[in-house]
Amino acid sequence: MKRIFSITVENEAGVLSRVANLFSARGYNIESLNVAPINEENLSRMTIVTEGDEAILEQIGKQLNKLIDTIKVTEFGDVPFVEREMALIKMHTDLGTRAEVLRIVDIFRGKVVDVSPDSYTIEVTGDSGKIDAILSLLEPLGIKELARTGKVAMIRENKK
Amino acid sequence: MKLTGSQIFLESLKKEKVEYIFGIPGGAIIDLHDEIYKQDDINFILTRHEQAAVHAADGYARSSGKPGVALLTSGPGATNGITGIATAYMDSIPLIVFTGQVPTPLIGNDAFQEADIVGMTRSCTKYNFLVKDAKDLARIIKKAFYIATTGRPGPVLIDFPKDVQVAKAEFSYPETIHLRGYNPTYHGNLKQIKKVVKAIASAKKPLLYVGGGTILSNASDELRKLAQKLRIPVFTTLMGIGAYPEDDDLSLGMAGMHGTYRANMAIQYCDLLISVGARFDDRITGKVSEFAPNAKVVHIDIDPTSISKNIHVDYPLVGDVKLVLKEMLPMFDEYNHVDWNEVRKQWFEQINKWKNEHKLAYEKEKKEILPQYVIEKLCEITKDDDPVITTEVGQHQMWVAQFYTFTKPRRFLTSGGLGTMGYGFPAGIGAQFAYPDKPVFVFAGDGSFQMNEQELATLIAYDKPVKVIILNNGFLGMVRQWQDLFYGKRYAATDIEVQPDFVKLAESYGIKARQIRKKSEVEEALIEMKEHKGPYILDAVIDREENVYPMVPAGAAISNMLLT
Repeated sequence: MKRIFSITVENEAGVLSRVANLFSARGYNIESLNVAPINEENLSRMTIVTEGDEAILEQIGKQLNKLIDTIKVTEFGDVPFVEREMALIKMHTDLGTRAEVLRIVDIFRGKVVDVSPDSYTIEVTGDSGKIDAILSLLEPLGIKELARTGKVAMIRENKK
Repeated sequence: MKLTGSQIFLESLKKEKVEYIFGIPGGAIIDLHDEIYKQDDINFILTRHEQAAVHAADGYARSSGKPGVALLTSGPGATNGITGIATAYMDSIPLIVFTGQVPTPLIGNDAFQEADIVGMTRSCTKYNFLVKDAKDLARIIKKAFYIATTGRPGPVLIDFPKDVQVAKAEFSYPETIHLRGYNPTYHGNLKQIKKVVKAIASAKKPLLYVGGGTILSNASDELRKLAQKLRIPVFTTLMGIGAYPEDDDLSLGMAGMHGTYRANMAIQYCDLLISVGARFDDRITGKVSEFAPNAKVVHIDIDPTSISKNIHVDYPLVGDVKLVLKEMLPMFDEYNHVDWNEVRKQWFEQINKWKNEHKLAYEKEKKEILPQYVIEKLCEITKDDDPVITTEVGQHQMWVAQFYTFTKPRRFLTSGGLGTMGYGFPAGIGAQFAYPDKPVFVFAGDGSFQMNEQELATLIAYDKPVKVIILNNGFLGMVRQWQDLFYGKRYAATDIEVQPDFVKLAESYGIKARQIRKKSEVEEALIEMKEHKGPYILDAVIDREENVYPMVPAGAAISNMLLT
């Protein structure tokens, strides 16, 4: 079972290592990890995608909470939430493929952020499914380089 | 007024009422030692190895209930301390370990005696700090003591670079501290407590499972009240020994791999297992799927991660054991009309039957010394002295757990979680500093004792009357026992008959010592040792191949005991 944990942590030295260490020391798997400061002073947010059965996921949640630098742990399980990731994709292009690449980018509401005579660099944002879909379409056209972020996630506000 | 980092260190420790610091100096901590030299309020205790320094601080902490403090140098001094830190971490012992570090501009340069001790100890400390600026130091020390001693206690490390020791800063020690990410739950949830009370009151065959958390939380009185009011039998883990008086009729002794028959059987047949500050360690549970098959489980623990980690818990109750039991006790008043002895009649009949079957025993007729006899004898001749007993790790440790009758908490110090050979001797020295007037006895195996025997020098240097009994079988005995039972008696690398003459070794330090080989000498030798004013080493040469029984083979169900 996959699970997303989002944790708010003190921006202390070593905090990333404490979190990573927790996973490695107990044999848990990190599928993706994303860290960046948030708008409150000295706090960062980490979004971790992990996998395990219910007992393991419960332990992961508790262990993350136990870390002294952790302020808050949010688990994305049953509640509706928004998740996004971003990819930068550098494509080999020639006259035969340029138009097709642009069409695909357009369909996925991506953007071309850099152009050279024989390449496009594309930026695309969405949930993992969407990123996987565009990649599978672009793959046959010649991906030169790929950089993909981990997930970030947030609970949806109650619509009332 | 501005103080140097070293002065801030000392002033802060005085605020924390630290009496003793255990350690060894070195280049990266010399400035701090220069400052310690100039004052008399805090005593520095020089050991002969850093591992022993941390164990001594640990023994001081376990016996007194106060945090222990160690001070090591950078690099090898710090890495030598890691075993001590990990030992304290596994048993949740409050320590504050300071390590010298190379000057901040050199950190990361592979400087002489540099080690990334903060990185290395991240997984065996509750928290750790690198002090980068003297102005942060007082606050960091306050935080360290707060984190180490609150919630589930544990060791905290502070890495203290050489340049910060001499840099100056204003000193003011914070009165209170708040960490927004650290708020241990002390009081149990009232609804949950009520549920647990109901479950206990309606159980037919309840059983108390008492761990080290009960001792850490100083909850022995509350535990005794609960057990005696509701007539609930009690077993302890290795770490819980002493939390409940073992001479009480409700006590079943220790359970687990080398636990008593009665305790292990009670686990398998109880209908409510009430865990109090224990963590369902594999040495207690054996095969998890067959552990306490008929029981609902109550788990009272201050650490939520301990609950439902190894086995499913029906009534989780997060909180400090002492406070939770205090809140719980008056709720049983509404059952005052119940005659619990009557309710538990069948349960006690069953337990009494187990009590009389497969008692802890050893062969009484032998002329050679059996270790169990030595332990029983010491227990007999010291029962009015309220001694502190420490052990190393291995067979002798289990025999002490089985054959010495402990009636008070903080009198039995042993490395339970990490199982560190070399722990007991220095821990005994630390306990003697905490209680200068109490007798301290260290039970050691010949293998364990040799792992920190250099501390004989510390005994003499500080004139501490610690008594060491080496139960000497010339083997790494517990491993040999496994080889005997499960590896076709192939004693691979466990014969350590090549050993020093322990009497001459002790005497070379100026310590009185004696070797005994016959059962008839035991009592007289123990009395001589007890009555000797200074330190004393008793080398008791025991039957070489005596095994610890009962024994549950690793991974088997807890009721699957080898009895002889």
